[in-house]
Amino acid sequence: MNAWTNIKAIVKRELGGYFTSPIAYVFLVIFLLLTGFFTFTVGNFFERGEASLVSFFTWHPWLYLFLVPAVGMRLWSEERRLGTIELLLTMPVTTWQAIVGKFLASWLFLALALALTFPVVITVNWLGDPDNGVIAAGYVGSLLLAGAYLAVSCMTSAMTRNQVISFIVSVVILLFLILAGFTPVTDLLSRFANPRVVEVVAAFSVMTHFEGFQRGVLDLRDFIFFASVMGFALFATGVIIRGHRAG
Amino acid sequence: MIKIENLVKAFGPKLAVNDVSFTVERGEVLGFLGPNGAGKSTTMRMVTGFIPPTSGKITVGGHDVAEEPLAAKRLIGYLPENAPGYADMTVHGFLNFMAELRGLKGGARKQAVNRVVELCFLENVLYQTIDTLSKGYKHRTCLAQSLIHDPGILVMDEPTDGLDPNQKHEVRNLIKHMGASKAIVFSTHILEEVEAACSRVIIIDRGRIVANGTPQELKARSPEGRLEDVFRAITLPDTVKEH
Repeated sequence: MNAWTNIKAIVKRELGGYFTSPIAYVFLVIFLLLTGFFTFTVGNFFERGEASLVSFFTWHPWLYLFLVPAVGMRLWSEERRLGTIELLLTMPVTTWQAIVGKFLASWLFLALALALTFPVVITVNWLGDPDNGVIAAGYVGSLLLAGAYLAVSCMTSAMTRNQVISFIVSVVILLFLILAGFTPVTDLLSRFANPRVVEVVAAFSVMTHFEGFQRGVLDLRDFIFFASVMGFALFATGVIIRGHRAG
Repeated sequence: MIKIENLVKAFGPKLAVNDVSFTVERGEVLGFLGPNGAGKSTTMRMVTGFIPPTSGKITVGGHDVAEEPLAAKRLIGYLPENAPGYADMTVHGFLNFMAELRGLKGGARKQAVNRVVELCFLENVLYQTIDTLSKGYKHRTCLAQSLIHDPGILVMDEPTDGLDPNQKHEVRNLIKHMGASKAIVFSTHILEEVEAACSRVIIIDRGRIVANGTPQELKARSPEGRLEDVFRAITLPDTVKEH
């Protein structure tokens, strides 16, 4: 009730913040241009000769690697730089409400960006007869992937008042989360490591868990993976913010 | 309304606030004086629940700030140092957001925003974004935010910093006027301000309270009856030692 009103107020403010500055428009244009470029040019959408969005979703972990931290980097570092964090956290609002509100606002924004890719769905349906269930699963996976990345960016943005540092640290952590399950890396690892070890390392990767969604498989374990990355990163955000305040 | 008992805040080995105790009742305006770095802002940040104390207890309107932070925060209006504000928001949007977080809805929110806009003379900049405001307007916007829920307790960290003499005068009058019905704590290093607006003065130096009394009582300590002499006599030896 009260918590929800506070979260809603913060979500509204943050979303408004994206659209009153050029960030939202720059991001949306770049995101849509890049998804188009990767899907059709690099991903050989037409030459594949199959009615699916594999060439679309397959690039998302890499595309989000740079774009999601760009959305998340300002969340807390900006509050600290402006000093508004002192206003926000002396309001009758808990730290959790503030964290969840900010996270939800940016996630909604990313969901909007993702929703604006609908022309590829129309295109593939117009050209052929794809399995729209698989496409829907791909979208669900992509949204969860974006959420997990965003939670990590949220965490790194709480660490510093410098947005550039927040961005870079976030990209490095996310790169690790990708590479741990990236096929060339796991192949390399399996040459000298125990296959069990390789499997454990890969289990920490977003690639491993995003793959199922791309094939249209909704596995509870993948949901749990993404939910726990988000939960952990947001919890860490809370700990970091508390730490700063304790001095 | 505000009761502080044996408050201590340590940043590493340094004690920013060292065993500070005082109370502020409704109808009192407490001036918090001290050299830069004396612990004024740190004390205020602890009272408003922004940072937790290392030890000691703060009670606001009967609520322990550590145990019932939300109940305590509801009673307080806070103007932080340097009057922060969301750069990309308009004054109107910002005040509306703060009112929303204060739990004000619909007509009551509109009324509250209009009231503080009038009180702080913000009509001319209502739809300007905060990053385009002059320092005086930015300051008053943040002041307006602290008054939006008509709080019983006001905590203001250098409320007249960066204002021109006319604006200073207005803010001082506002504080004096509100002091009749609220408990107010404000920090400053402008001594005339204390004489103009405060019913009581606390001088804090290097984390400790070194004087506590009415402006008249403190002035009586100096042969010439000037607050400035008293302030210097109490705090200067330490400042010199530091250099």
